[in-house]
Amino acid sequence: MWALINKLRSPKWFYGISARLQPWFWTAALILIAIGTVWGLAFAPADYQQGNSFRIIYVHVPAAFLAQSIFVSMAISAVVFMVWKIKICDMAAAMMAPLGAAMTFIALFSGAVWGMPTWGTWWMWDARLTSMLILLFLYLGVIALRGAFTSRDSASRAASVLAMVGVINIPIIKYSVDWWYTLHQPATFTITGRAAMPLEMWLPLLIMVLGFYSFFIALTLTRTRSEILRREANKRWVRELAEEAP
Amino acid sequence: MSGTEGLLSKEAPVTFHGEPGGGLAVAFWATLKRDLVLLLRRRSEVMNPLVFFAIVITLFPIGISPDPQLLAAIAPGLLWVAALLAALLSLDSLFRADYDDGSLEQLLLTPQPLAVLALAKVAVHWLLTGLPLALMAPLLGVMLALPAGSYGVLAVSLALGSASLSLIGAIGAALTVGLCRGGVLLSLLVLPLYIPVLIFGAGAVQAAIFGDGVMAHLAILGALLAIALILAPLAIAASLRISING
Repeated sequence: MWALINKLRSPKWFYGISARLQPWFWTAALILIAIGTVWGLAFAPADYQQGNSFRIIYVHVPAAFLAQSIFVSMAISAVVFMVWKIKICDMAAAMMAPLGAAMTFIALFSGAVWGMPTWGTWWMWDARLTSMLILLFLYLGVIALRGAFTSRDSASRAASVLAMVGVINIPIIKYSVDWWYTLHQPATFTITGRAAMPLEMWLPLLIMVLGFYSFFIALTLTRTRSEILRREANKRWVRELAEEAP
Repeated sequence: MSGTEGLLSKEAPVTFHGEPGGGLAVAFWATLKRDLVLLLRRRSEVMNPLVFFAIVITLFPIGISPDPQLLAAIAPGLLWVAALLAALLSLDSLFRADYDDGSLEQLLLTPQPLAVLALAKVAVHWLLTGLPLALMAPLLGVMLALPAGSYGVLAVSLALGSASLSLIGAIGAALTVGLCRGGVLLSLLVLPLYIPVLIFGAGAVQAAIFGDGVMAHLAILGALLAIALILAPLAIAASLRISING
């Protein structure tokens, strides 16, 4: 544990190790998403109630999973950055935020597209939709705060504090929105209200979720690597690396 | 050498408020008193949120409909949202003057923990913004044809809730105090975090109108305040350090 934390202090070490790791995650992401997409869209049986429109679940659910996981991993990176002053964690957190916002938007958008054939409306003030929308606002706040500072060091620490404040608030917001929904509107229709999915629908979903997670890790590794080069551009090892390159 | 001695002797007389090393309570009350006096000397700044609250409430009957039945139905939410926005607008100036004239740096240098001193400043904000808004809300409730029997609950829920709003909002104010145009960013950061307080605050008034028990809502508002009271000062102190150390 401590050895790992000490090694993480060196961007050069991370640059090297991530070069070896990232092809594995990119390959896994590509294969899993390809299999999941084809299986889910073409071979999984159609839902007896919703017909083929249920297939949007293969994008919607993995995106919604990622939207929440990315905020938590961003907050964990922020804690590690603030406690041990490990810059890589801040770089990773900075790179995660736009992806998390994009995933939240995809989850909301695919939910709206799915809502039209099933509920007959693009938007409903459903508890899940509402808390997802608030999550999007939290992401946008973190991104905006990071962009507002001219000094990168203050930007990093301010965004870290906000990510930590946000992650403490996410469960509070989630439960209060659930409470609000049950008080104001009778539950008319819930997405997961149906019985558990049959296995042949559920397996491609699992593959898609795993594929999305691999994609998240792979993309974060790649983007953190380029962020390392950008921030360490004046260091000697980066210059040597640039000279070696053709 | 004589030059440095001269400098030292000029800086030598350091005055303490209260007893030297007089402890936490003295520092807390001194900060509270100082901020109260400073704000009460600029009365218009204390009045502005209240006037804003009244104007926003006036806009809704004009914009929607003067029909008392319709207004009565939406009055709890309107009053809560308008009070929340009024409290939010006054947040930007919470640390601004102290930041500009350098007294915030002096607060950082005091031997007392910054979190406690920040709590004193937030308490002043609540005393001069949240509490007056809560006292004024029943009056505007009359104008919105708020059903009888919910006026007391409206004032109590606003008084309780606005304390949480001040504490949460102060985190955003502390994060953005160093930025020259932090106003809009501040609302972007803080408003998503206000949602739980809004849900239970407006919910308490709704419950009072429908004759349900209001204690559950008020208890949760109290619980939110308890959490905010413990955690927010730490986040405010950390944010102020980031804003000042640049």
